[in-house]
Amino acid sequence: MNPITNTDYVTILPELVLAAFGLIVMLVEPFVTKGGSRKPLGYLACLGALASLAATWYQAGSPYTQGFFKMVLVDHFSVFFHVVIALVLFVALLGSLDYVERQHIRAGEFYALMLFGAVGMDLMSSATELVLIFIALEISSISTYILAGMRRRVAISAEASLKYFLLGSFATGFFLYGVSLMFGATGTTSILAIGPQLHAGGFNPLVFAAVALMFVGLGFKIASAPFHVWTPDVYEGAPAPVVAFMSTAPKAAAFAVLLRVLFAAWTPGWFWPVWISAALSMTLGNIGALRQTNIKRMLAYSSIAHAGYLLVAFAASKAADTAGISAAIFYTAAYAAMNVGAFLVISHLAGEGERFVAIDDYAGLSRRQPAVAASLALLLLSLIGIPATGGFFAKFYVFSAALQANLVGLTILGLINSGIAAYYYLRVIVVMYMREHPAEHEHGHGAERITIPEGVALTLSVLATLYLGIMPNRVLQLAIEAAKDLLR
Amino acid sequence: MTTNLHLWLIPLLPLAGAALNGLLGRGLSKRAVAIIGVGFPGAAFAWALVVASRFVALPFERIPYTEYILPWIAAGSFQANIAFYLDQLSLVMLLVVTGVGLLIHVYSVGYMEHEGGYYRFFAYLNLFMFFMLMLILADNYLLMFVGWEGVGLASYLLIGFFFLKQSAANAGKKAFIVNRVGDFGFLLGMFLLIRHFDSLNFADVFKAVSHYPVETAGAGLLTAISLLLMVGATGKSAQLPLYVWLPDAMEGPTPVSALIHAATMVTAGIYMIARSNPLFSRSPIALTVVAVIGCLTAIFAATIGMTQTDIKRVLAYSTISQLGYMFMACGVAAYSAGIFHLMTHAFFKALLFLCAGSVIHALSGEQDMRRMGGLRKQIPWTFWTMTAGTFAIAGFPPLAGFFSKDEILWKAWSTTALRSVAGPALNYTLWTLALLTAGLTSFYMFRLWFLTFFGEFRGGSADAHGHGDAHASHSPHESPGIMLGPLVLLAILSVFGGWAGVPHALGGSNRFDQFLAPVIQSSSEAMSAGQRAGEPQPEAAEEHAERNAELALTAASVGVAAIGFGFAWLFYFKRRDLPARVTAVLGGIYDTVRDKYYVDELYHALFVRPIVGISNFFWRDIDVGVIDATVNGAAHASQDVSDSLRRMQSGNIRSYAGWIATGAALVIVYMIWLGAR
Repeated sequence: MNPITNTDYVTILPELVLAAFGLIVMLVEPFVTKGGSRKPLGYLACLGALASLAATWYQAGSPYTQGFFKMVLVDHFSVFFHVVIALVLFVALLGSLDYVERQHIRAGEFYALMLFGAVGMDLMSSATELVLIFIALEISSISTYILAGMRRRVAISAEASLKYFLLGSFATGFFLYGVSLMFGATGTTSILAIGPQLHAGGFNPLVFAAVALMFVGLGFKIASAPFHVWTPDVYEGAPAPVVAFMSTAPKAAAFAVLLRVLFAAWTPGWFWPVWISAALSMTLGNIGALRQTNIKRMLAYSSIAHAGYLLVAFAASKAADTAGISAAIFYTAAYAAMNVGAFLVISHLAGEGERFVAIDDYAGLSRRQPAVAASLALLLLSLIGIPATGGFFAKFYVFSAALQANLVGLTILGLINSGIAAYYYLRVIVVMYMREHPAEHEHGHGAERITIPEGVALTLSVLATLYLGIMPNRVLQLAIEAAKDLLR
Repeated sequence: MTTNLHLWLIPLLPLAGAALNGLLGRGLSKRAVAIIGVGFPGAAFAWALVVASRFVALPFERIPYTEYILPWIAAGSFQANIAFYLDQLSLVMLLVVTGVGLLIHVYSVGYMEHEGGYYRFFAYLNLFMFFMLMLILADNYLLMFVGWEGVGLASYLLIGFFFLKQSAANAGKKAFIVNRVGDFGFLLGMFLLIRHFDSLNFADVFKAVSHYPVETAGAGLLTAISLLLMVGATGKSAQLPLYVWLPDAMEGPTPVSALIHAATMVTAGIYMIARSNPLFSRSPIALTVVAVIGCLTAIFAATIGMTQTDIKRVLAYSTISQLGYMFMACGVAAYSAGIFHLMTHAFFKALLFLCAGSVIHALSGEQDMRRMGGLRKQIPWTFWTMTAGTFAIAGFPPLAGFFSKDEILWKAWSTTALRSVAGPALNYTLWTLALLTAGLTSFYMFRLWFLTFFGEFRGGSADAHGHGDAHASHSPHESPGIMLGPLVLLAILSVFGGWAGVPHALGGSNRFDQFLAPVIQSSSEAMSAGQRAGEPQPEAAEEHAERNAELALTAASVGVAAIGFGFAWLFYFKRRDLPARVTAVLGGIYDTVRDKYYVDELYHALFVRPIVGISNFFWRDIDVGVIDATVNGAAHASQDVSDSLRRMQSGNIRSYAGWIATGAALVIVYMIWLGAR
């Protein structure tokens, strides 16, 4: 057996960097936080996110490198997701600096867990070995379970964490069972070895059951119907910046795994489950969001709907061409950009103890904080899918690919759904711009201006959304490269 | 020498104006805001004139002129760029939009003076101009769609301009949602174009389409694409069944109604169909649908227009009705007639709206015509300009509306483009309904005219309605010069603008039609390749007969305009007791029309309520964890742990796990079945 070389370590360099920073944050905490501000820890974590970005940049210099006995693969695909995760992590960390202070959250654990979670997510997108994927999934999941309960003294936060943990473990069980069946059927857990075997045909029918189980497990992670039921409660209870993070980065990673499992491994039979899950997610997500009065719950349902749009792109990739896959990859980036920003606005406005998370609390925001209101309006327009925003092109590619693949029904259903969705996003804009600020909130609420880190984070998210909407080509080309590498 | 038209300047100038006012306007004086807000669109108009003068000098083979700006997106072989496309059609639109737009901007300087958020208003208005010009100049459907959505967004911002009026907020929302239905069609149409032609560029698509035969035998690909695009157009151009947003959009300030909801944005659908004429002309079925929708919309909206009492609502329904004419013109493959009417309509309808604004301004916010009357003495400029607009829309020769409307009526009568779908009976039906609409138009416009300007003043003190607090409860007063200037210019255009297209039958040469001919050419080629093949060229005698027929039809349409005038005169000037008696006789029918045929209520029952019902079902019965916002706040404040615990013990987790398990079971059973097959 070959010894482990430097090249091997390079393939997990971003993960190593993140883990190292996580450890440093934990070690430094006792020295930093005595009485003073815990923000330096946060900045350290931000630095970690940037360092992992730099490490990914370094990796991108030599794409398609395998490491650790072919368990890890650095290609355009993994690089794309690493960048998305690192950026989301950076923005979410910036956005949590003040939140952590305000809500009296244990800073050391908080930042370290964000970093550790990102280690798992990064590894999910570069692992090509099902067992390693499982471990990465667990690293990511366990971190987010704890993060969801970080507002320890608040009942619904604890409740969210517990629910997420119980149901998440349940779902992970499915995934693991699927992996073992896959091993039983093919004699290997390496996706790169499974792929050719399944592609050649004549395989053990057990594979179908394995795919089903893995799909259920991953369906939970991406919050697609009917495995979405946990989402509203968990998003409502979890701290807002954590939701900003966990509604985007782990989801992107889970989509990466799903892409690998379905397409790189040439697994069969998934088309109708994906089709139905896409249709259900879009419909249930949007209808569920219509009547919500709590903006976190509303965006939770919205994220279910977006998982549905993304699955449309999966369904559209049945010919194993790059159109659908690259559309899905592009969508994860666009969705991450807009959603992380939207949740950061919520986190900024929530106030101490997250008291202000009803949509009505946003009344008159355009007058109190015009820049924040305008940013949120733009992000919501992007979630609707209005041109000149990332959300438009994301949907455009997805549905264009879907129609190319003859998915007429799903395309029509998706477009109807995005019409319905306009209604509830718009309601927030209407409340912000056209409703008077209620007098009883005069004191305290929304009085505090946005801080510099929050402002930077929000600006980044808005700029990314606009960039993807106005100049989508570069990211699209990268997504196409990623899709090509995935199918290689 | 290669001429460079620098088309990019035209949209960019208003965008710069919007950015300046939007970012810095708060700190600027009103004067500076107005100079920026008018100056940049003014510069755009000036440049459009330069472009026009250079365009006519371009050699034939350089038209359509395209200007490549930036690469935009490429996926596989599909590519769309940020590029501009100028041909005769976009040039006409360009001049209309920048010209009329500029006049309305100038007018707004006076009209909006007493409103708050002056800078914001001009920023939005300029932003609208930017998107509208992108829509017009786009060289592909995707870029057009960006403009298309952008104008919708700007319109949304401007309708809701009176922010704190709940009705305005609702109207903006309604416009947005209804237009999403239209976008649904537009997007699907685009996806089909990508799928079959791998391109959204006008030039590529139309070239590819030119190899397709006319779909006379039945509906095919081009019919599907055309119908889908048409759905988009019905949304933006307020046609049946998606017109419902436009009357409500009148909640916006009057200059906005004039610019967006009369002269420019709502005509985008007509422009899009005319632009796509190579597609539509190859699908007689789609054309027929367009013609029928347009015709029905025209008469439907005209009947409602007769019963409205709000001056802006009358004009709103009138706009829908006139857009119906344009739609019908496109439907009978008379695209240039449609665009001609689009242009003249932009003149006189902008004029009418601005005059109405001037009346409203004079009466300090009164919009109900029942509380007007006798105003011709107090506001003579407004009266005379409005008179020009009224006669123009009613179709009295030789004003603008006469020529363009007559052209449409004649084409509806004489076209053979729909022959493969329906016989001449369709032509006659379309023509008859259109003629009837012309009569109704004349009637409701003169009704407005008589009610507003003649008789006794019926308004009391007008201060109950607080438009612009500066002039509460004065006697009616004329508007300032900055508002009257645009009125006079538009009045001149409304009188003479039709002379660009005097038909042959009246001794003209229809220069407008000839100017647009190259754009429409490919479709007439299609036609000649299709059903016209083998048809003999008209003999001189036939030509003579045709000319006589056209003259007879013209006489008929002038006749109904006169009849409409006569009835209005009788009802609202001579015998003012008649309207009440007639409505009493009509009873329920009248109420139905006045209440707009209860279409809003119908849509509410058909679409809104079921969706809300389903959502409620989920909200109450499925979304178990939901808590009311107020309760939520309370729970946070007191952090009532026991309450939360109770909720948790209510079996949430078990029911959630149950959901997941059920879903999992279904997937697994299906997959095992698949594997065992």
